[in-house]
Amino acid sequence: MQEKEHERRQQEFDAKVANEERIEPKDWMPHDYRKTVLRQMSQHAHSEVIGMQPEGNWITRAPTLRRKAILLAKIQDEAGHGLYLYSAAETLGTSREDMIAALHLGKAKYASIFNYPALTWADMGAIGWLVDGAAIVNQVSLQRTSYGPYSRAMIRICKEESFHQRQGYQIMLVLARGSAEQKALAQDALDRWWWPSLMMFGPHDAESAHTAKSMQWKLKRESNDRLRQKFVDQTVPQAECIGLKMPDPDLSWNEDRGHYDFGEIDWDEFWQVVSGNGPCNRQRLAHHIKAQQDGAWVREAMHAYQEKQQARSARSAA
Amino acid sequence: MNHNALPLFEVFIRSKRGLDHRHVGSLHAQGHEQALEYARDVYLRRSEGVSIWVVNSSDIVASQESDVEQFYDPMDDKPYRHATHYQLPDEVKNL
Amino acid sequence: MNSKANKQDANKQDIVNYAIALGDDSLTLGHRLSEWSSNAPFLEEDLALTNVALDFIGRAMMFYSYAGEAEGAGRSEDDIAYLRDCRQYRNLLICELPIGDFADTMARQFLIDVYDVGFYTELMQSVDETLAAIAAKAIKESRYHLRRSEQWIKRLGDGTGESHDRIQRAFNDVWGYTHELFEVDKIEESLINQGIAVDRPALKTDWERCVQSVLNEATLDTPDGQWSIRGGRAGLHTEHLGYLLAELQFMQRAYPGLEW
Repeated sequence: MQEKEHERRQQEFDAKVANEERIEPKDWMPHDYRKTVLRQMSQHAHSEVIGMQPEGNWITRAPTLRRKAILLAKIQDEAGHGLYLYSAAETLGTSREDMIAALHLGKAKYASIFNYPALTWADMGAIGWLVDGAAIVNQVSLQRTSYGPYSRAMIRICKEESFHQRQGYQIMLVLARGSAEQKALAQDALDRWWWPSLMMFGPHDAESAHTAKSMQWKLKRESNDRLRQKFVDQTVPQAECIGLKMPDPDLSWNEDRGHYDFGEIDWDEFWQVVSGNGPCNRQRLAHHIKAQQDGAWVREAMHAYQEKQQARSARSAA
Repeated sequence: MNHNALPLFEVFIRSKRGLDHRHVGSLHAQGHEQALEYARDVYLRRSEGVSIWVVNSSDIVASQESDVEQFYDPMDDKPYRHATHYQLPDEVKNL
Repeated sequence: MNSKANKQDANKQDIVNYAIALGDDSLTLGHRLSEWSSNAPFLEEDLALTNVALDFIGRAMMFYSYAGEAEGAGRSEDDIAYLRDCRQYRNLLICELPIGDFADTMARQFLIDVYDVGFYTELMQSVDETLAAIAAKAIKESRYHLRRSEQWIKRLGDGTGESHDRIQRAFNDVWGYTHELFEVDKIEESLINQGIAVDRPALKTDWERCVQSVLNEATLDTPDGQWSIRGGRAGLHTEHLGYLLAELQFMQRAYPGLEW
């Protein structure tokens, strides 16, 4: 009897997914679907929040007041996007505190790209152009993800994020057209950020642990390799346009495929960084943990104040 | 109770006069007043609205999926509530 | 005739310097607040604090670009921000102090927000139309800043024992820097008399009353007024400003004269 009921629900769920209907928080969903969507949303939220750090480290050193304001507003958007995503994840009944605790314990991941250091001002350009560019390619496809709150958060995020990539590219443009020193800064930033940006799309489809299931559930709408190709195809001409050279000797236009061919990612480096041994893994996590710990007394004070206020209004009502 | 966990609030924004408030997401705050302020900082950075509602998430009562059959299905067989139910000659205008 | 022209020039330079000083207040404080990015007690507050930072940076840009225009020597807002050393900065010292902990930041912010609401309300009446226009924009921001910081003072003061001690200590430590908010020199006095600058000494009574009433409600003691440190408007700063400028100006100093 119970088994039959379960089967019926599973069929209903499958039908919804097949019909491009969204799954909403109160709907029945398979246990693994819930687990996967939660993992994906929390990882995405953590990425936005940890992603504030590399750029945050240049707020106080931005070269003009206008750049400072833009950078600050962009990083603020990332905080906002983290918040939208935590908010979407919380619809599944897991609190933000629990998600952050999992991050601090190393159980939850965030995008590895943020474990690379932002060394020069040109990195602000490269991050906006390449890292946000790669993220947008992924996020555009996620606007149609099957979990309703996630899809709505993505739509909101994509709307806001369009300025991020443009401001980054524009930083690069100004540098590339500037002095020889500035052009060298831009090229160096591209050299350092290009490969990690390609890594953002994850392992090859064949080696991706979660891809098949996520595609079946329509949580993921396009495969890692397809999205990566899309990103390469749109980015290479942008580099050419400002006279920068991609750090890939194997990069060439393939007339037959109608796509760019490109070299193989250094997968050893990829797995090293994913497993916690990138240049900044420890620093990023330690920063987040410290901010969380430093803020504990503030959050406790808010709570205590609220309780006192409630007790006061209860007394005056009595 | 975790003293570090702030209560969750749902946020609704009226994007311009004449439209309904729409749910946009949630946030954590210590009380309604602060939730309103944070809603401004979090959801209105680009002047997306002219009015905000915040509601304690725990105050929202939601229908359950198991209610679907009794709540919504009985409404499906009452097409006479929809204007399209009534076929009229094409010559008749403004109806 | 000639002496009248000289006098006008002198007055013009005074207005330029006045706008620069107000820009310096805004920039140093905005810069400090921006340091909270990725460091706030929780995500909502991170967004809120950086919103306040952006308001102040925006103000600095308006004051500097007005100063540059009025001066007519071709200095841009960035030239003014990035190419002056410590002794040429004219901000009130309280704005340049390090962010400290959240209590230090909020105590400073509250004291400045109360001051700014009074200050910009008056500056809106300035006979200088540009200053009045900047003030009209700033006052709306400052009213909101004050609404926020006032709540925070109450929460922290009347929160836990620890938060009470921290915010009390923060007020004690910053108090000595508040006196110069209400002190003016001869040049500023002359601008006040012409209806251009705000009569800051006249703001003091209301400021004290407002601060004291919030501190009372927050179960905090108003620090005593014995010690005071002054000199910001004369370019005599704390040691902290040098480091702030070293970061702020790094790019413009390392790569002079380039577009970014």
